[in-house]
Amino acid sequence: MTPTELIEQIKKLAEHSDSLSNGLVKIAGQAQQIIWHQGASGLDHGQQLVVALTVFVLACFVGYYVVWRVTPALHSPLMAVTNAVSSVIIVGALLAVSQSAPLITQIAGFTAILLASVNIFGGFVITARMLSKFRTKNQVKGKKS
Amino acid sequence: MNLTQSGLLYLLAAVLFIFTLRGLSSPTSSKWGNFFGILGMVVAIVTTILMIPEIDYVLTISAIIIGGTIGTVIALRLQMTALPQLVAAFHSLVGLAAVFVAMAAFYAPEYYGIATMANTGFIEVFTEHPYYEPVKNLVFKTGSLIELSIGLAIGAITYSGSLVAFAKLQGIVGGKPLVFRGQHMLNAVLFLTIIALIVLLVQQQSSWLLWLLAFVAVVFGFLLIMPIGGADMPVIVSMLNSYSGWAACGIGFTLNNYLLIITGALVGASGAILSYIMCKGMNRSIIKVVLGGFGASASGATSSSTPDKPIKTGSAEDAAFIMKNARLAIIVPGYGMAVAQAQHVLREMADLLKKEGVRVAYAIHPVAGRMPGHMNVLLAEANVPYDEVFELEDINPEFATADVAFVIGANDVTNPSAKTDRSSPIYGMPVLEVEKAKTVLFIKRSMASGYAGVENPLFFRDNTLMLFGDAKKVCEEIVKSLA
Repeated sequence: MTPTELIEQIKKLAEHSDSLSNGLVKIAGQAQQIIWHQGASGLDHGQQLVVALTVFVLACFVGYYVVWRVTPALHSPLMAVTNAVSSVIIVGALLAVSQSAPLITQIAGFTAILLASVNIFGGFVITARMLSKFRTKNQVKGKKS
Repeated sequence: MNLTQSGLLYLLAAVLFIFTLRGLSSPTSSKWGNFFGILGMVVAIVTTILMIPEIDYVLTISAIIIGGTIGTVIALRLQMTALPQLVAAFHSLVGLAAVFVAMAAFYAPEYYGIATMANTGFIEVFTEHPYYEPVKNLVFKTGSLIELSIGLAIGAITYSGSLVAFAKLQGIVGGKPLVFRGQHMLNAVLFLTIIALIVLLVQQQSSWLLWLLAFVAVVFGFLLIMPIGGADMPVIVSMLNSYSGWAACGIGFTLNNYLLIITGALVGASGAILSYIMCKGMNRSIIKVVLGGFGASASGATSSSTPDKPIKTGSAEDAAFIMKNARLAIIVPGYGMAVAQAQHVLREMADLLKKEGVRVAYAIHPVAGRMPGHMNVLLAEANVPYDEVFELEDINPEFATADVAFVIGANDVTNPSAKTDRSSPIYGMPVLEVEKAKTVLFIKRSMASGYAGVENPLFFRDNTLMLFGDAKKVCEEIVKSLA
């Protein structure tokens, strides 16, 4: 084996190891993503569902008691603000705009973020506008003078 | 950011959202409530962005900026009277966003953690493709796919249903219910189709089933809301509010994200309670409202019987004179006031009356207007202090001591036959007892019966004075006479 051949071989090996390590890094990243979603808790899907259902049912009760205490005069702002708040599904949309995600997912994600943002900004602004108008007798008088 | 940190921050956001709703228990604390909501949303979004390894910042930020600008501009320019249709339109956007999230998750399950590896393991994939290839042999977890398709279906129904509600409120489509034969059958068939499609989708996992499901759900949403009339809209808007929450919940279950589940449940519960309150305000069951058709054919039958009975009509000067000499005047606003945009001139009138020493109070029926709390917002917009505005239970005993009840653009909610006439379609509905006041002034455009198609016997009583005309014009004339 001539030195030149040897050098060629070493070069090839080096390239190969480079691509190997690249591949490893990317796959490790993906593995992390999958583990991250499956939850580090190691729960299987059935157990996850039970936990999620527990959270869900308790949240329904919280919602029930909190909403009954809302004064009827503020039912319109309540609808506007819950509308803004339910746009928290933007969280789901953000997952889709990963650089390596398929195009269709990115498009769907982009659209969902856009729609949810209209709602979030619009909902909170309109709620603020409504709430700023509710004044007592004294506040109304104070504003005029 | 790791899972523990993001989990805690999501919890913080959820608690902030609970405080948002809690803040609305009184107008003074409500501004804080809205602030908590904004804070919660910022926490949720920033946490998520920091959590995703290779998020496309350009795409994300530009979507937020474009959407945010559109939303802000719409919300700032909006006329308060157009509030119900705006809320309906916003609900439709939440529904559509849920559909897109479900689609995104379906096409890239590995990013949402809802797929498991098929037989091929990591090592094999790795050796075959040293240059990373997206892992193709993924299978959906059954449970996740069920949750995903339910989220998608509810989202699609919310989308099209709210669109119809928007069109009806905006006047693009007539407010009259659209009824045809076999409607309920068709809806039942569509509903069963949706369930069958979900089952099929879970078994076959093919994308055309997902698109078909979305399509059928959209059609179902249209047909569901089409037969429901204008004045039932408070219930429908609340119901769709509730749906938008459940759609978020469905997506939350798919992603196993507790923030989405909690928030969705809060919104869902809120909408459900509002629907219940609205139904109670009309003494109708939610099922009957959803089945629709109310008030579709009633208007023709009753109007023919009206001409033979005597009514007293009056002029704006008469009304001004009567009210000037009153001690307590109770104003009962209804949807007609919103349509005529009469709230500002109404407040002017009330100011002039107050100068004359008249005590003025406002009485709000739970279903007055086209969405819950509609009248309260309009009055607040016109600078009516909220401590002069009363709910039905609080104001009803006052009517007996009132000299004047001034009914502007309301009808059915004052109809005493709801208490006495068992055959009336609105029997059992709680009403404002305006008939107990010494004089009742009715501002109406014509003698036409209200939404329920029921004649109001109050019009023919001796102590009732009818003022025909546009609510705003009549109020302006009264203001002129008072000044």
